[in-house]
Amino acid sequence: MTVKTATGAAAKKGFWPWLNKRMPVDQFLASQVTEYYAPKNFNVWYYFGSLAGVVLVLQLVTGIYLAMFYKPGETRAFDSVQFIMREVDWGWLIRYLHSSGGSFFFILVYLHMFRAFLYGSYKPPRELLWLLGMLVYLALMAEAFMGYVLPWGNMSFWGAQVIINLFGTIPGIGPDLVLWIRGDYGIADATLNRFFSLHVAAVPLALLGLVALHLVALHEVGSNNPDGIEIKDKVGADGKPLDGIPFHPYYTVKDFVGIGVLLILIAITVFFVPTLGGLFLEAPNFEPANPMSTPEHIAPVWYFTPYYAILRAVPDQRMGALLMALALMAFLLVPWLDRSPVKSMRYRGWLSRAALAVFAVSFVALGYLGMQPAEGLYVLLARIFSALYFAFFFLMPLYTWLDPVKPVPERVVYHAH
Amino acid sequence: MADHAGVAGGDEVDLSRRKFLTRATIATGAVGAAFAAIPFIESWAPSETARALGVPTELDISKLEAGQMTTTVWRRSPIYVVRRTPDMVARIAGHDTDLKDPNSDHSDQPSYAKNPLRARSAEFLVLVGTCTHLGCLPKQRFAAGELYPSWPGGFFCPCHGSRFDLAGRVFAGSPASINLRVPPYSYPKEHLLLVGADEKGAAT
Repeated sequence: MTVKTATGAAAKKGFWPWLNKRMPVDQFLASQVTEYYAPKNFNVWYYFGSLAGVVLVLQLVTGIYLAMFYKPGETRAFDSVQFIMREVDWGWLIRYLHSSGGSFFFILVYLHMFRAFLYGSYKPPRELLWLLGMLVYLALMAEAFMGYVLPWGNMSFWGAQVIINLFGTIPGIGPDLVLWIRGDYGIADATLNRFFSLHVAAVPLALLGLVALHLVALHEVGSNNPDGIEIKDKVGADGKPLDGIPFHPYYTVKDFVGIGVLLILIAITVFFVPTLGGLFLEAPNFEPANPMSTPEHIAPVWYFTPYYAILRAVPDQRMGALLMALALMAFLLVPWLDRSPVKSMRYRGWLSRAALAVFAVSFVALGYLGMQPAEGLYVLLARIFSALYFAFFFLMPLYTWLDPVKPVPERVVYHAH
Repeated sequence: MADHAGVAGGDEVDLSRRKFLTRATIATGAVGAAFAAIPFIESWAPSETARALGVPTELDISKLEAGQMTTTVWRRSPIYVVRRTPDMVARIAGHDTDLKDPNSDHSDQPSYAKNPLRARSAEFLVLVGTCTHLGCLPKQRFAAGELYPSWPGGFFCPCHGSRFDLAGRVFAGSPASINLRVPPYSYPKEHLLLVGADEKGAAT
């Protein structure tokens, strides 16, 4: 098939020119895909954004199908999930794809965010891109939390109880706010039903909108790269970046390799370890919600546990909730906390590198501690790692300023394969 | 003045007038949008049914053995009712310095429960059985020394480790910052507990 240019199309007959006179399809594809220049030195870290998009589509499709069989309501929700698992043809597959997809979404988003820290992808001119990405992350957390309530297992119920009660720590309006969110004196039918509506309609719409804005902002400023060098600064005679290559076909082909690997990993999870030993689906959630029985040990799903560990590390409930909120909000400030003159870790000194390593270890450690009971050594460790977590953010202006940086090359470092 | 734009027949535009009208229109629209949001916001309040089901609940406590606890439900929260033995009552005293709020000054209870035993009588303790931290159900650990040698008996929340004594008062070092709540309650007849209503009427 020959792809005609916008000018060429005007003179020709047929469906495609007809379409393009009425909607700028060719123009859009050219500017955003075939003539959208991305740095030629992308490495494996540049897979995770597009893969997260693939998982978003997976979640939308499997979610639409689950909503065909699921019934919100405190007397029917748990049974309808069992119905999906046992009686709907392939229902188990669709449900496990959706439940595993949630965890994969977070794995990919965390890797994607780490990439931004590694190569300074939040630094000017990409601050807004980073903020929009963080809003996607926050919306995703809301989406995942409400989705976890829907099966109405006992962990769904008590997780909702704990998380909604966090709003009760807000001075003054707290108790009324909690009553309003729940729509009843406890977690009840009203809570489940509104979470269903938010999970299947409101938050997905917000997510899609934010992802679209994230991409619009990305295509305006262009991708960063492992060297943290702006490819737009070095253009050839044709005005094209010397270190850029068209997104299609070069990176579409690359991304398809990543998609293949991702689908293999998702398939292994769904077919062999759908609960991943309690990490993706927790054992107490295979029991129906019981308002009169708290599970012995309440822990959220793994992707929330770093924040949960910070919450529990503080012996005061209001301070705990506040620090947990701050732990999330700190990400929003990063573009202005980082004072390093260079973007990429490749040209930063040992201070920045050590700080990022400490942060990554702290985040994972807090994630582990958030799954453990809040007692003894675990609490002490959670306090230490919480302190390191916040030190990474709030000492950033200091250590990025002191950091002995290396000279940044003029052009990206690239070795042909 | 020659620049009286906007008068009939004039071609010039009165920008300040246009700006004022634009702002006035936006402000009116914003007020309208705020009012239009009220029904949507208030639709999330507890429904009439939920409120109707929140009426006071009765419990016959004549068969509750001394030293035992029973649970009833009021407004979807478990209500713990403990029949305290004289020994249990004695174990409530003596650790005020270990408590965050020994006199219940910052806690949530009716005036008749704002005392060291946090109840209308020493014998029956009535508490909302949800942890004041984040709402888990504290478990009964009534025996002295059950948690650690100096433990005077009380409640322990398994979620985040909050500890409360046999009057529901929170120990220092717990993530919960106030004592377990006491619901409004009364005894219309001997050994008939009414949770959710007292001399002041039903709870709102």
